[in-house]
Order: sequence, then C-alpha cells, then structure tokens
Amino acid sequence: MSLERKTLFGRLDGITLVLYFALVVIGILTVFSVEHRSAEPIIMFGKGYMKQLLWLGISLFFGLIIIMTESKFFSSVANLSYTFGLFLLLITIFIGTDVKGSHSWLGVGGFRFQPGEVCKIFTSLAIARFLSSPETNFKTLRHRLIGAAIALVPVLFIILQKETGLALVYFSFFLVMYREGLPNAILVIGFSTIALALATLMIDRVVLFIILTSLTVIAGILMRRSLRRNALTRIVLIGVFGISILFSQVVVPFAFKHVLQKHQVDRIYSMIGMDVPSAYRNDGDKGTDKEKKGNVSDYNVKQSKIAIGSGGFWGKGFLNGTSTKNEFVPEQNTDFIFCAVGEQFGFVGSFVLIGIYLSLMLRLIYLAERQRSSFSRIYGYCVASILFFHFAINISMTIGLAPVIGITLPLLSYGGSSLLSFSILIFIMIRLDSDRQVLIR
Amino acid sequence: MSFAANPRQFVIRFIFIGVAVVILTRLLFLQVFEDKYKVMANDITIYRKVVYPPRGVIYDRKGKPMLYNSVVYDLAVTPNNVPKSLDTAQLCDVLSIDKASFKKLMYRVVIRNGYMRQSPFIEQLDLAQTARFQENAYMFPGFELVERNIRAYPNASAGIILGYIGEVSPGMLKKDRYASYTQGDYVGMNGLESSYEEVLRGQRGVHFLERDNFNRPRDPYQGGALDTPEVAGRSLQLYLDASLQAYAEKLMANKIGSVVAIDPQTGGILSMVSSPSYDPNLLCGSERARNFSKLYRDATHPLFNRAMQASYQPGSTIKPMTGVVALDVGAISPSYGYPCFGSYNACSRPIACEHHDAGHAANFRLALAHSCNSYFCNIFRMTVDSKKFGGVKKGLEKWHDYFYSFGYGHKTGVDLPYEGKGLLPDSSYYNDRYNGVWNSCTVVFVGMGQGELALTPLQMANGMCILANKGYYYTPHFVRAIDSNSKDPLLKQYKEKHQVLHIADTTFSLIGRAMQDVVESGTARGAKLDGVDICAKTGTVENKAIVNGQVMKMKNHSMFVAFAPRENPKIAIAVAVENAGFGAAWAAPIASLMIEKYLHDTIATSRKPMEDKLLNAHLIDKNVYLIDSAQRLRDQRNYELRQERKRLKDSTERVTDSLMVQAWIHRNLSPGKNRRK
Repeated sequence: MSLERKTLFGRLDGITLVLYFALVVIGILTVFSVEHRSAEPIIMFGKGYMKQLLWLGISLFFGLIIIMTESKFFSSVANLSYTFGLFLLLITIFIGTDVKGSHSWLGVGGFRFQPGEVCKIFTSLAIARFLSSPETNFKTLRHRLIGAAIALVPVLFIILQKETGLALVYFSFFLVMYREGLPNAILVIGFSTIALALATLMIDRVVLFIILTSLTVIAGILMRRSLRRNALTRIVLIGVFGISILFSQVVVPFAFKHVLQKHQVDRIYSMIGMDVPSAYRNDGDKGTDKEKKGNVSDYNVKQSKIAIGSGGFWGKGFLNGTSTKNEFVPEQNTDFIFCAVGEQFGFVGSFVLIGIYLSLMLRLIYLAERQRSSFSRIYGYCVASILFFHFAINISMTIGLAPVIGITLPLLSYGGSSLLSFSILIFIMIRLDSDRQVLIR
Repeated sequence: MSFAANPRQFVIRFIFIGVAVVILTRLLFLQVFEDKYKVMANDITIYRKVVYPPRGVIYDRKGKPMLYNSVVYDLAVTPNNVPKSLDTAQLCDVLSIDKASFKKLMYRVVIRNGYMRQSPFIEQLDLAQTARFQENAYMFPGFELVERNIRAYPNASAGIILGYIGEVSPGMLKKDRYASYTQGDYVGMNGLESSYEEVLRGQRGVHFLERDNFNRPRDPYQGGALDTPEVAGRSLQLYLDASLQAYAEKLMANKIGSVVAIDPQTGGILSMVSSPSYDPNLLCGSERARNFSKLYRDATHPLFNRAMQASYQPGSTIKPMTGVVALDVGAISPSYGYPCFGSYNACSRPIACEHHDAGHAANFRLALAHSCNSYFCNIFRMTVDSKKFGGVKKGLEKWHDYFYSFGYGHKTGVDLPYEGKGLLPDSSYYNDRYNGVWNSCTVVFVGMGQGELALTPLQMANGMCILANKGYYYTPHFVRAIDSNSKDPLLKQYKEKHQVLHIADTTFSLIGRAMQDVVESGTARGAKLDGVDICAKTGTVENKAIVNGQVMKMKNHSMFVAFAPRENPKIAIAVAVENAGFGAAWAAPIASLMIEKYLHDTIATSRKPMEDKLLNAHLIDKNVYLIDSAQRLRDQRNYELRQERKRLKDSTERVTDSLMVQAWIHRNLSPGKNRRK
C-alpha cells in the first residue's frame, strides 16, 4: 500500500510513537515512585509527577500541532527559528534567572524554561537546512566550518550562561556531520584528543612528557623508512607530537586553571576518582567545610552507585526504592532519575530501559535513512544524536563512567522544558517521516 | 542501503550499540556481581527502631501495687526547628538554668545528634520544671516534652526485694543472659527486677523504618513485614504483705539486722527486711547515680541484703534443730535430763549456762524452754558420738545430712539473686582445720549454735517452716503468680515439697510444745501474744570484731525464731538484730509484733508501749562506723600493696631483661668477635 493512500495519522510511524510513550510513561511513574510517600494520596497537585503529567499534555498538544503542520514548514522556518533561538540565548545571558548556580533559565509568566534546551530543536533544523541545501558542498572546508559554526555558536552562548553540560550536547551534531561527510580523521582525532585529555589528567605532567616522547621515538623507529622517504610523514609525526605536548603541558593546565569552573574541575576529577591537584585549586577561594571534606559530586555519584547497585538483578520493586525514596541521591528526579529505575527494577529494568532507548535511536536512524529528502534525513540524525548524547552521558554519569554534567535523561527526567523540547524534536521527525516521499527543500 | 554504499550510517549505529553495551556491562557488574552496594544501601537507609513495652508491675498479696510505671518528661529539642528569635532568657527562667549551661546543653545536643534530629536536652525534668514548661510550651518551638517511663514506689519500702532498674553495663552485655540487649537498654539490676527480668520486661518490639538523607525516620521498611510487635511485660503477684513489710521496716529502723517472715504452708515470703532499709524511689529518677553511690558508701551497707546474704551464728535458735536430730537418731528420749549447775564441764573448758537452778534441764521441754547450754552441748555430743554411727566423724556426717536437709549450708533457692549459702561444717571441714585430730568436744559449740555453723536469716526462717509443717518445706519465694497465673512454668520449682529426712511426727510435736513453752514460761515470755500459740526460740549470739586493730568482743546479736500458731501455722519468722543484746530483749518483741500484725492486722493497745519502745530504739553500734572505715583503710592499703608489688615485679623484670640484653650484646657483638667475623 503506497503512502499517499493512507491518511495523515495512518502514515505516522507507530513504533516511534510507542517507544516515545513508553519512555514518557516510565518517566512519570519513576518520578511518582521517587516523590510518593506511603501516607499520601496518589493524586496530589503540586507534586512533580502531576506537573510532569501536565507537561505531557502540553507536549502532546504541541505534537498535535506539529502533526497538523505542513512538513515543508519546518525547513522553511529553520533559519528563522535558529535566529530566534540565538536571540533567546543571548537575552538569557542578560535577563536570565539563576537556578542552582546556572544562569540559563528564562522566566515567562509563571513558567521557567531553558532556552538552551529549546534551541536544540532550532539548531537541528538549521543544520538540516544548511547541509541539505543544494548550494552546500560539505566537502569544502568553508562549508564545513559554517556547519561547525552553526553548532558551536549556541555552545558559546550557553557556556556564558554557566551551563556547560547543556553546551556539550551541541557537540553531538558532529556525529551528524560525520554521517554527512566529515572525514574519518575527525572521529579519530576526536577520540585521540579525549584519550590524551584523560591521560593528561591522570598521569603526572613530566611522566606524560616522557611517555609521549618515547612513543614518538618508537613510532619514528617503526616508520623510519617512510620517514626517510616522505617529508609529509615527518611533518605529521612531529606535528602530532608537538600538538600532544602543547595540549597536555599547556592547554589542559591553562583550561583547568583559568577556563573551567571550580565545580567542573571537581567533577572531572571525581569521575576519574582522583583528588583535585593543588595546582588547579583556586587559592583565593578557601572553600567551605563541605568542599574540604570531599567534593559534592563525589557524594552524588557514590549515592547514585549505591542506589543502582543495591537494586540487584530484579530490583527492590516499585515504590520500594529505599535510597531514592528517602532522598539520598541528590537531583534524583531530574539528572539522577536513572537511579530510581536501577534501584527499583534492578538490572532487568535497566536492561529494558536501555533497550527501549537503543530501539528508539536505531529506529530514528532507520527513519532517517529511508527519507527521500536529505533535510529530513539530516534532521533525523540530529534527533538521534542528541538523544544518544543525553542518554549515554546521563546514564554513564550515574554509574560513574562519565563526569557529572547536568544533563537530563530524555523523556524520563522531571522537567518541563526538557520533556517538551524532546517531544517536539521527535514529533517533527515523525511528521517529516510521514511525508518521506515528498521532497522537502 | 548496503554497508559498502554508505558505511557511515552503520558506524553510527555501531557506536550507539557499542555505548549501550558498555553501559549494560557496567550495570551488570554494579548490580549483579557486586554485593557491597546492597549492604551500603541497607546501612544508610534502614533504621532499626526498638520499641520498649511497659515493664510489668509488681503487686503484693492483697493486690496493692508495690511499684508502678510512672511517666517523667525529658525535654527534647530539634535544633533546626528552634527559631533565631527564641527567647532564651525566658526558657532558662522556665527551666531554672542559667544561660551558660543552656549554651552548653545545646552544644552537646548538636555535637551528639546534629541539627536535624530530635535529641534529649534535659533528661527527667522535675515536676515544677515540667509544669512551667507545659504552660509556656507555645513560646519555645523546637522544644518538646517526651515521655519516659520510670519506676515509682508508692510504699517507699521493700527496696532491697524489688531491686531497681538501670542501664545495662558493658560487663553484663558479655553474659549470655543479656546477649539480646544493647547499650542503653534498661535492665533489672537487683532483686525481683533482676530475677524476673524476662517476665517483667515483656518483649521489645523492633520496627524497621526507612530513613532519609537527614536521618529522619520515614515509612516502615517493606511495609513493616519484618517488624516484630512489642509485648507488654507481665505482672508479678507476690506473697509479700505490703503493710507487714512497711511495719517491719519501721520496727527495724535504726537497727542493723533483718527480718524474714514466711508462710510455712506455701513457702511464700511475707516480709523480708534488711535494715537499714532505703527508699527505692531514691534509685530512680535523675538523682539515681548520686543516691546510689551515697547508699553504696554508707557504713551500714543498706544495699547489702542481710536477710539472705549475711550469715550469722544462730546461737540458741539452733537448739530446736539440735534437739530434733538428737531425738531422731535416738541419742536421747524426751525425758532425758542433764544436771546443769551453770556450766558444762565435760570438755576441757567449762561452757557457761545462763541458769544455775537445779532441774532447769530436767527434761527436753524444760531444757529448751530455759535454753540450757549444757543440755544442748551434751545432746549434740551424744548425737555425733552415737555408737551406731561408729565415731565422731561419721556421726558428724550424719548430723550434717540432717542439717543439710533442713536447708542449711546451701542456697535455699529463693527467687532473688546473690543469695548467701551460710556455713555448714562437715567432717572434712574439721579434718582440714584440725589436721584430722578432733573429737566431739572440739565441735561442741555447734550444738548451741556458737561454733562454725552460720546461717542466713532466710535459712533460719525456713528452718522454722520445717518445724511448723512437721517435716517439710517449700523453697522460700516471693512470687505467687505471674499475670495472676499461679501455674506458670517458672513457678513450678516453688510448688515442690521438700521433705526433710523422715522424722517422726511425735518428735515435731514435742519440739512444738517445747518451743511454745519458751514463750509461755521460758526465755521469751515478753513475746507472748494472747490467743495465739506462738512457738519460738530466742538466741543471744556472742560475736567479735576487729576494732582499732584489736579483737573486741562486741555486744551480742539478738536473735529470735518463731512460728505461729502451733497448729495450722500461718507464719514462720526469723529476726536478727545485730549488736543489740539479749534475744528476748529486741528480736523477740519485734517478731511477736510482726506475728500480731500479720494475724490480727492491728496491734493491741496493751502492747503499744512495747511497740513504742522498739520504734524509738536506736541500736546501731558506734563501732560499725569504725569497723567500716577500718575496712576501707585496709582495702585501700591492700590495693596499694598489690600495686607496689606489681611495680616491683615489673621493675625487676625490666632490670633482668636489660641485664640479659647486655650479656647478649657482650657475647655476640663484642668488638673482638666482630673483628673475627
């Protein structure tokens, strides 16, 4: 049966919708399990899960509007919306409200939302629009730089709002650009950079210098023939060595001392399980007692690991999560909501949840790949990549695999702007997919 | 869409799947393979709340409570809930404390339990403080009165019997009996509170609660599935007669000694006094520790239960028993007489007798009535020297068997802790003491109660039960019923009749009549009570003590044992008043008044003067304080000597060690040897 014969609602991708609803329902139930006390009635206004239900209603309302909208609309407003998004980010820097140390919230009427969260949609649209435009030749350096700039300008603004975690999400667009033709080398260089960064943190600077030098010497001996013949190889080898040394001896220490915030340094070190070296401590700031005893994010991760680890294979059962219910894990209904799942439903529940996420991401890739228009395809990759970044970093940080950067678990975490922006992201994709045989420019 | 056409979409999918696999692997280790997180989660989240049920109440024989649970209030504070605007001066005023101590208390609370948890600020407020605080409580948010159960004693008597409760000590926790207790639990420390701890305590309930990140208890853990409910402590019904007990304590006031009264038909103890007695209310409440050490250091030792821990030479009060044995083994017949003219001269040293007139020991009844020393020394010797036993050693063994079956020389098994045994010498005891060379003259004093034989007042009273019952006794005990159930398995041991060696009824009848003669016409005529056949025996016990480093003959102990009425006896009693004088002078009237009080419930007006005389008598020997302080000095010196000896030993060992080390160094490390190596 060809697509045109079906109604608009018939053409919506059922699997994506089911996975979407599954996650949202799990999310609301999890927030409920964390906030509910045995003595209280189930329906209690003012509690997070009731607000979340309201936000689900709002999200579905937006979803419905998106479904009813012409699919060409999204590509046509892409640039406009991106500009609007940047404007929002810009004014947030000046008139934003402070919430828990970050300056990234904007109050509208009674509501508060994070423009950085919403701007992901606009940026996705803009990148899809730019990359899919016939004038763009992504093989040229100029267009690559423009693509990178579209992703990185919001990053700059968001960092200025002291919400580094959210800013990092925008790096997930490089995965999209990789799909669209960014050279393999970028991926390799990216991973190498991360490895070098970790090594820089974990190994003493002098020792690392010796290691890097000896690695270069070994590489030189192994490739001595090529080196003798090929001037480029020599330049590359020396260049890589030079950059590594520069990075590990100059850039990282400088970044830790002067660029990154104190709590970010703490978090990065807490992830690798080390104390912050005295060189990176800000001497002017004596620090409160709490910080002297052990940093806060260390406590978060420890409590989070206890909660998840105590879940065991089958979990403690719904509403029986002793750690999460009694608020041992800070931020447990937002950033650390995975603890509640891990504690109450154990490894089995975690497995199912991760399965659902993986299914949703793979389904989005599948949807993206079956689009006729490249705008839809690139947009689909954007959605999948953002989801992936959030999912991977959020769960990794709860189990101590990644530093604690404050980003939400998509569709599960309590929080209106997060749920709404992910809903919109996914519904636009569903809408685009329903018109997958139409060429959108 | 093959891999070759566009490999990058598969690379991206591979990255997605790869990351998911890494996360799942980590989760597998975290959740399935490692157990430490479960333990840690339980440690931090589960709060074990122990709920203490009310402790059982103790009632006397008429159902009057001997003690009950009373509520005092602790003032508790949750520092975080105390507003900055609190009127501290006002609160200090209400609690009548000064500002400095308020600060100190607050500091202590915060140090101990932090800001979030409620903890005791002042423990056991007195009545005035409680009332004042209750009136003004609304002014002091964050402060709260918390109930706390303590014991209260309406009669202010029987402290030594009831015991007291206190926090379980580290030493006790090591014992099996207290294995289930934890530091801070309250436990019966002495008396019935200790003996019946398991009954009175009930069953502690354990409630598992979840606690939150501020350590505040919240929901029941697993819906309360693991909780055990608390079971209230059971009550005790005693044989003790509260009014008799109070009366006895009053009679014994300002005297050192003890009274034990037993119902011979059941073995139930009607009254047990160890004088000086103390008000049990002193040992509860906020002043407990101070009062305890005051009582503990008192020279008259009020915490020492003389009625069952002290042993006295029984003196003449043992004579009925000596008679029973002599009659039963056939050493004498009831008509046997002894020509006593004031002393017993059959052994190397004459033994004095109070009576000189001829014929005061013409037969058994007369001899007992007049308490003739010569007579009883003689029949004791005749008993142990009986031909049928073949020698004094075997004879004494036989006598020992009789006395042992009377409950002497071993614990009677009363339901109080730390009962004394007394001393009942047997042949091996004398063999040890006299290197096996002794005869009936060596031990003759035992027959009149002045030898090595020593009994606790409880054993004396129990002996009276045997005579009253004509040959059997029940283990003396306090508790008649537990929760009104007299057939409780715990009480089974007290229902068992202890038959003493088969002694003819006629022997007991004779003893009974002879002891009645003691009151009617003998040494204890002052104890006579109209309308009641009291059977009794006085005792006047010579005793010595070391005062100021010299052995000094102290004033005699006044002893009296009795039972009444002769037929169908209701009460058996033993009274000991230390260093008071003749048995008939002090112990006898006390026993007589007790019998009257118990049987008639009132004291006849004609006996009021006697009562007054006793109530006003002050018979505590001054030397008691001297002896006590001398004892303390001795203890102190012994302790110092021990320490000095230890120090000396240690230093010698150190010197020896160092010498040995020097020798070793010289042997092994001397320069000459070194060079050779």
